Amino acid sequence: MKDIFITPFVDMFAAPDFLLQVLWEGLVSGILYALIALGFVLIFRSSRIFNFAQGIMVVFAALTLVGFHAMGVPAWTSVALTLGVMLALAVSIERVVLRPLVGQPDIILFMATIGITLFLIGFGEIIFGGENKVMITEELGIPTDSWVLEPWGGLLILEQKDVTAVIAAAMLVVGLLAFLNYTRMGRAIRALGDDSQAALSVGISLQTIWVLVWFIAGIIALVTGIAWGARAGVSFALEVIAYKALPVLMLGGLESITGAIIGGLMIGMLEKLFEIYWGQPLLGGNTETWFAFMLALVVLLFRPQGLFGEKIIERV
Amino acid sequence: MLYRTAGQFKTSYKADQALFPIRQDAVLLAIILTFAWVIFPMTASEFAFQTLLIPILIYSLAAMGLNILTGYAGQLSLGTAAFMGVGAYACYKLIEVMDPILAILLSGVFSAGIGVIFGIPSLRIKGFYLAIATLAAQFFLVWLFEKWAWLYNYNASGAIQVPNLQTFGVYVTGPQASSVTQYYVILGIVTLMTVLCINLTRGTLGRTWKATRDMDIAAELIGINLMRSKLTAFAISSYLVGVAGALFVFMWRGAAEPNLFDIPLSFDILFIAIIGGLGSILGNYLGAILIVGLPVVLNTVPEALGLEIKSATVEHYNIMIVGALIVFFLIIEPHGLARLWALIREKLIIWPFPH
Repeated sequence: MKDIFITPFVDMFAAPDFLLQVLWEGLVSGILYALIALGFVLIFRSSRIFNFAQGIMVVFAALTLVGFHAMGVPAWTSVALTLGVMLALAVSIERVVLRPLVGQPDIILFMATIGITLFLIGFGEIIFGGENKVMITEELGIPTDSWVLEPWGGLLILEQKDVTAVIAAAMLVVGLLAFLNYTRMGRAIRALGDDSQAALSVGISLQTIWVLVWFIAGIIALVTGIAWGARAGVSFALEVIAYKALPVLMLGGLESITGAIIGGLMIGMLEKLFEIYWGQPLLGGNTETWFAFMLALVVLLFRPQGLFGEKIIERV
Repeated sequence: MLYRTAGQFKTSYKADQALFPIRQDAVLLAIILTFAWVIFPMTASEFAFQTLLIPILIYSLAAMGLNILTGYAGQLSLGTAAFMGVGAYACYKLIEVMDPILAILLSGVFSAGIGVIFGIPSLRIKGFYLAIATLAAQFFLVWLFEKWAWLYNYNASGAIQVPNLQTFGVYVTGPQASSVTQYYVILGIVTLMTVLCINLTRGTLGRTWKATRDMDIAAELIGINLMRSKLTAFAISSYLVGVAGALFVFMWRGAAEPNLFDIPLSFDILFIAIIGGLGSILGNYLGAILIVGLPVVLNTVPEALGLEIKSATVEHYNIMIVGALIVFFLIIEPHGLARLWALIREKLIIWPFPH
């Protein structure tokens, strides 16, 4: 009992600088979980599609970027080209997969996105190869040094690329919220999410909006891909972080943008804390694979709509 | 023409509710069973047993378990592979004390227990939230298989190896067992489970599940205990999945590491259930034939055409083509292959008239 309830907290107070370092690491991965969850939420809100392909889109965007640069295209031109590829992807997914399946049950659309995931995995492996690649961090002008702080006489290392990722993510979220709240297109997306029949009857085009949300999800995927790729390299293993976004969605609610962000940060930090102070000493480590899910499960038992989800009202 | 129903009169309710209201269905099933029980075992090669017949049966059984939960009771689950793992590890511990076939049948009980525990959230959450909740089982259990050394008897590799074991003097598991014996054991178990499932889904329990799936509030109002309905679905589904998991390792793979039960296996089973057709028993077989058979066919195509492609590339093409085919089948028939067969049968019955 002492190991569970006392020792970890004693450790935290004994080395507050290490605690801060752990929280910072958690915050950075939390930001990335939040970004992936954001891609899910956007698509789910506007089309009720549970888009399982968001994770592979992150990998695909990052690989395309690195691939273009390897062909000798300048870094920022590659970014533009990659955005073009993501747009083409959004258009073709809407045309080929989603349009014929409009109005099918949720589970069928969900399966279709798993089909897309498999297709993109195979396609990406054939084109780019399966080996781990280095993200073009410096070429994009992202600083790679680190700041060393000394709070309470301890040591805290902040990698500048992580700081850049946090700032970029924050800007992306602010930009997205502004887009959704203050532009015609953004309002159309929200209208479709609120009531698709009413939205269609005032002349909002379902096809255009779907392409648009998938494209925005593609942009988010690219940002996530750059940020995560700068930390861990670009490979298909990245796809597993998509699973991390799922408990974030459970915790934050499938429809809430704020929920996705706060849920992501919470899960990022809590799972790091649990892993360092409880998981490694007591359970043999690697608890990060399931902790977030268990946390979300327990929360949902008491708040079935998630922390920020809309209250589900049952009708008979 | 083949399905002409003229002359088959039903004069009692019993006849109307029979398992095979049309005689031709029974004949067709008899033909299929003859093939499965007599002709395939006599003619199949070792390759056919190991790459087609045995895996198709095992995957069908796992998909049938999932179909009970997702197709009949309407609770989407993404943690199937983990429950297969529970069955396999339970079986590994059970064979130390009992006959291997008995151990396989009993191992499902353990996964049923775990399934009920992870089914409890279904009482409060629905749809995709529940699907994500079942992923908790997926990730937690696979982690447990890796960390809990007692499960694999503290061996250094962390994997379980299937020993040579006998039932009535015949080797049924391990490298010494012959494929034909294993095939018959699996076929026996799968046939038994299929008959059980068909009758379960036709009976009171099955109707309770379907009511829960179609509209849970209405089901509650007519006096169905939702908790009992959902938890029995989780229990029976996990039992079948657990037995399939035990067969998967002990009758086919011969060894297992924890990551064998990772999420891709769960998705394979889900594909089978959905492409085959949710809420259908036949669909599981059709889906399994497609999902298991497709890579085998795709692997032989480049050779037949005389192309030289590296096996890794073939693997990637396989993934890509399977992905595309899933989308393709969902578009042409979202209700699955079983529905496709039902439509064909309908057409055959009224042939040559179009309506």
